[in-house]
Amino acid sequence: MARLTRKPLWRGAVGLLAGLYFLVPVAASVIFTVDVPGQGFTLDAYSGILSADGFTDSLLLTLELAAATIVLVMVLLVPALVAVRLGAPRLRPLLEIICSLPLVVPSVALVSGYSSVLRWGPEHLSRTPLFQTFTAVQDKRFPFVLVLAYTVMALPLAYRALDSGLRAVDVRVLVEAARSCGASAPRAVLQVVLPNLRGALLNASFLTLALVLGEYTVGALLGYQPFAVWIVNTGGNQAQLSVAVSVLSLVVTWMLLLVFAALGRPRDRSRSLSRSSRRAGRDAAAPAPIAQEVA
Amino acid sequence: MTLKTKAPAGMLAALPLVLFMLVAFGLPAVAMLTGAFSTSSDAPGGAQWTTANLTDSVQGAYLTGLVSSVKLSALSALLAAVLGLPLAQAVVTSRHRALREGVLAASGVLANFGGVPLAFAFIATLGNAGVLTEHLGLTGAGWSLYTFWGLVVVYLYFLLPLMVLAITPALEGLRKQWREAAQNNGATGFQYWRYVALPVLAPSLLGGYVLLFGSAFAAYATAAALGSGSVPLITVQIADALSGNVLVGQGNIALALSLDMVVVAGLVMAVYVPLQRRSARWLD
Repeated sequence: MARLTRKPLWRGAVGLLAGLYFLVPVAASVIFTVDVPGQGFTLDAYSGILSADGFTDSLLLTLELAAATIVLVMVLLVPALVAVRLGAPRLRPLLEIICSLPLVVPSVALVSGYSSVLRWGPEHLSRTPLFQTFTAVQDKRFPFVLVLAYTVMALPLAYRALDSGLRAVDVRVLVEAARSCGASAPRAVLQVVLPNLRGALLNASFLTLALVLGEYTVGALLGYQPFAVWIVNTGGNQAQLSVAVSVLSLVVTWMLLLVFAALGRPRDRSRSLSRSSRRAGRDAAAPAPIAQEVA
Repeated sequence: MTLKTKAPAGMLAALPLVLFMLVAFGLPAVAMLTGAFSTSSDAPGGAQWTTANLTDSVQGAYLTGLVSSVKLSALSALLAAVLGLPLAQAVVTSRHRALREGVLAASGVLANFGGVPLAFAFIATLGNAGVLTEHLGLTGAGWSLYTFWGLVVVYLYFLLPLMVLAITPALEGLRKQWREAAQNNGATGFQYWRYVALPVLAPSLLGGYVLLFGSAFAAYATAAALGSGSVPLITVQIADALSGNVLVGQGNIALALSLDMVVVAGLVMAVYVPLQRRSARWLD
């Protein structure tokens, strides 16, 4: 018995080392921003963020892009996935392949493809109506081309999150039950299936949001200035400011995760039900272990 | 509309996704392929079919970039896999549920905490004017963040959590009874790991390693934000070529390099997917 209840030392040691490795950079970043050489303790880096040139514009742009990307991902994925569960199981392998394809193309490679497609506009299409589309998607105020690229990049993550959520729910039974109670098919999907997928929908949205908030490669190489690109461009002359923004963005990501986790938690259920659905929710909430180009 | 007639409706529901992918993924992919095999339109003689881009992309400086990208990814993924296993085991066997779920949630954030914020956190910590660098006098000891090993240390920050996420389901699938059976047969802890646990975990471990390799290989933002030009990386070379830092007429070298990356990433997935399937066998 002594052996079974013994607390292994190695676990503490591993935890301590890992804790140090992961906490020290965060702590050092905070120290770096508030302890400026020659000035001592100061919060200038943080108070300077709001007034910094381009901060609001790039942040707003990124949030708009994120919202548009989330909407597009959901509009494309949810009907297809629900339909597969309802009556077209043969489509499933096709969807899986389609949604996994972006994993084979790293974002740097994807953006090189995008930039050569965008060059076709002026080179070949300048006399056709398509040219206006090319100009429109590259509008500096809202570069829709970024939404296209982000959606492609988010598909594998969102697909996994939604698929694992759907696995925990018997869509067919839900729809049949709703239909026999007299609901129309669209109503059955909108008011019965989707609420049951709340956790998975939120999880997929969170992953997409995190991807867009941190995305640098595509934005930078296509010549736009979303948030991450702004941080780097500012870092050249104001290191403190960039680090401060980085710390803030980590804090914001954490808070968003907490908010999404809280929203995804089922309410008003009996204890046993909530435990089992919490387990299902946790499976769905464990982010798909696929790091889409984040780094 | 009854349930039986849903098959065409199912096609209809998937149609937008298929069309979207044809445009937003297919077009760039075709552009990359054709571009990689042709000279760029500003070359003397215009666009013509050629394999010169591809042969150039695996020669000279570009070969150095490819090799050092592969080395960096292979090494940091190996370190992350070796260090991530005990970390994940410590998390999985922890009796504090809150701790376990907290660490897993944190891993989810940290695995996605790549890119720009990560680079700046490390600039503040271990950069030339970083907090640790100054307080510990690391520069005198020969430390620099902007080297190969500096990048390894930075990459581990998102690779380790990714490994924890990738290996946790497999560790949770290890049955207590297997350990008890091994102990009843007189096996030591080492023997249990050597002959029971590790063979069961092997596909997941290998799959995790390949996954980490792939994401380290594709990483660009971290290196770009660090400005570590001293380590040649294929992603940085593609970005440079796209930004016009190449000779006129050689613009398509970026596309050829991208194709090289797609080939490597394709190999990674070709190894990962079967391993994933195999490891899933133990988990139900």
